[in-house]
Amino acid sequence: MKLPILILATAASLLMAGTAMATDIKIGVLNDRSGTYADLSGEGSVIAARMAVEDFDAATKGINVEIVSADHQNKPDIASTIAREWYDQDGVDMIADVPTSSAAFAVNDVTRDKNKIFMDSGAGSADLTGSKCSPNTVHWTYDTWALAHGTGSAMVQEGFKKWFFITADYAFGQALEKDTSAVVTAAGGEVLGAVRHPFPGTDFSSYLLQAQASGAQVIGLANAGGDTVNTIKQAAEFGITQAGQSLAGLLIFITDVHALGLETAQGLVLTEAFYWDLNDETRAWSKRFAEQNGGNMPTMVQAGVYGSVLHYLKAVEATGGKDTAALMDWMKANPSQDPLFGEGTIRADGRHVHDMYLFKVKSPAESKGPWDYYNLMATIPAKDAFRPLAEGGCDLVK
Amino acid sequence: MFELLGIPPQALFGQLLLGLINGSFYALLSLGLAVIFGLLNIINFSHGAQYMMGAFVAWMLMTYAGINYWWALLIVPIVVGATGVVIERVMIARLYHLDHLYGLLLTFGLALIIQGLFRNQYGVSGLPYSIPTELSGGTNLGFMFLPNYRAWVVVASAVVCFGTWFAIEKTKLGAYLRAATENPVLVGAFGINVPRMITLTYGFGVALAALAGVLAAPIYSVNPNMGADLIIVVFAVVVIGGMGSILGAILTGFGLGIVEGLTRVFYPEASSVVIFVIMALVLLVKPAGLFGRTA
Repeated sequence: MKLPILILATAASLLMAGTAMATDIKIGVLNDRSGTYADLSGEGSVIAARMAVEDFDAATKGINVEIVSADHQNKPDIASTIAREWYDQDGVDMIADVPTSSAAFAVNDVTRDKNKIFMDSGAGSADLTGSKCSPNTVHWTYDTWALAHGTGSAMVQEGFKKWFFITADYAFGQALEKDTSAVVTAAGGEVLGAVRHPFPGTDFSSYLLQAQASGAQVIGLANAGGDTVNTIKQAAEFGITQAGQSLAGLLIFITDVHALGLETAQGLVLTEAFYWDLNDETRAWSKRFAEQNGGNMPTMVQAGVYGSVLHYLKAVEATGGKDTAALMDWMKANPSQDPLFGEGTIRADGRHVHDMYLFKVKSPAESKGPWDYYNLMATIPAKDAFRPLAEGGCDLVK
Repeated sequence: MFELLGIPPQALFGQLLLGLINGSFYALLSLGLAVIFGLLNIINFSHGAQYMMGAFVAWMLMTYAGINYWWALLIVPIVVGATGVVIERVMIARLYHLDHLYGLLLTFGLALIIQGLFRNQYGVSGLPYSIPTELSGGTNLGFMFLPNYRAWVVVASAVVCFGTWFAIEKTKLGAYLRAATENPVLVGAFGINVPRMITLTYGFGVALAALAGVLAAPIYSVNPNMGADLIIVVFAVVVIGGMGSILGAILTGFGLGIVEGLTRVFYPEASSVVIFVIMALVLLVKPAGLFGRTA
């Protein structure tokens, strides 16, 4: 009589203890799954998030993580609708990735309203941790300031002083043009003009001809993804590069180089936060990633989703809960450490700071096979890679 | 040197020529749409997907079978046209007695499925397809550097457009086709196999889209979304030209390419909407389009 009751009571208390200890976390990976940025974020970012959960060994630490994903089609209105639905109805705690700056701004606002957490990897605009910064947002991988300074100052130092921009006409492209222009003029260069094309575009020959007519030494490509690929292809076709003008791809992902082929892409100088072939750890991780991603190597955006999800899960474990303010405080107070970005820190404005790299695209003869694309030119140390804290105009910085 | 609205004339000639090149694609694609609509009364929304298939099949022939561009120009329209024939026989033929809307929904659904399949297999970043060596390089025209390949696109497109117009408007076969759309029963009574003629017409329209795809493969990135980006513009072209008007589709295609090219010089931000503004204006003034006949 007494024994069954005892067993029942023990079982019940165990069960209750179990529920008290386990934390359920839902992470939403929101990005482009069908359009021009689908290869550089898309399903690969979901794979990266899943790998972070596996590597963190969340289950044995009493954290149940569920990952959901959706396609924002690069449209801010769709992004904010999905974010709202996820937070209000589906119990999502954190949204990751979100390429396309205009969409990221939308998610930034919704997240702040709902007091949840947004860890962006895919978007570029440096305003996300500048004038539009939020106590609920972390910007992990790169931004327009870092790209402009990496590629822009490297080109000006090599003597390319007269610039013309071909710019994607939305938040990201404009930010990139603005930041790079500032770098070029500060270094003693000159900006001769810019042309802004609708996003996404197909034919860039008209803009290339305008760039050619400007007499600039460098044509800065302030666009991304398929737009950049098409611009570079058509620049080769119209003899722009043969005629002596250089192209500066301000945001080029490894998937773009893959699509262009080394014959067309060779010699391009670019800035990235991550490359699969940097060291033994990045190689090992990327090999695991590629096995799940149809043989395609990770982009820096996908690597950033891994790094940010991992750091977030560490915060959940350390604080033992889902309190937004506590999680954000922990993430900013403790350095991040992962095999892809090494050591990093999150500043008061939400900017994740780590080393950036300046690469030059290999020639077909130098490359040993598919995805062997970059030569490392320089490592930009974390302290110089991103905009100084005081210059961003973020309210969170006292 | 005189300037026109702040643009030197050399630059203007260059941009006019570029507009003509883009217009060639609009003309080829809207021609296919106009043929299909004029003779079948089907609004073929899968036209963009079929254009994309054209580019992909050219890429596949090159990559898997080593078949070069020139053969692709011949083989691809036949292969993709054949898939069009199958689609017409199996699906579209069942919808002729229904409202236009059903054909539109069917072909729109097909377009989404085809694009999704290619996206799943090849991703969206695009695949490289190089310009054939015979057409690489270019000519310096003084005011601009004209790549030989682009010149070839304009010529090829103009020839195909003229040939199609001639076949439909000036030959006996074209007369049968036009008669069959007016009164299929009567034409059938003269011993002409009308359903087969309709099927082949659809196949021909699709083949035109595929041909445009092959022409586009070396200069635009070969990716599953390439048709979706273009098709809305092409529909606007067809509407402006007048639904079903062959000549209208050709002339408006080239004309709007030029208008778009000029917009890219004077106010590039508006270049993606200018065609739709023109469409709205034309519909206000001439609801049947510039070359359309009011029924």
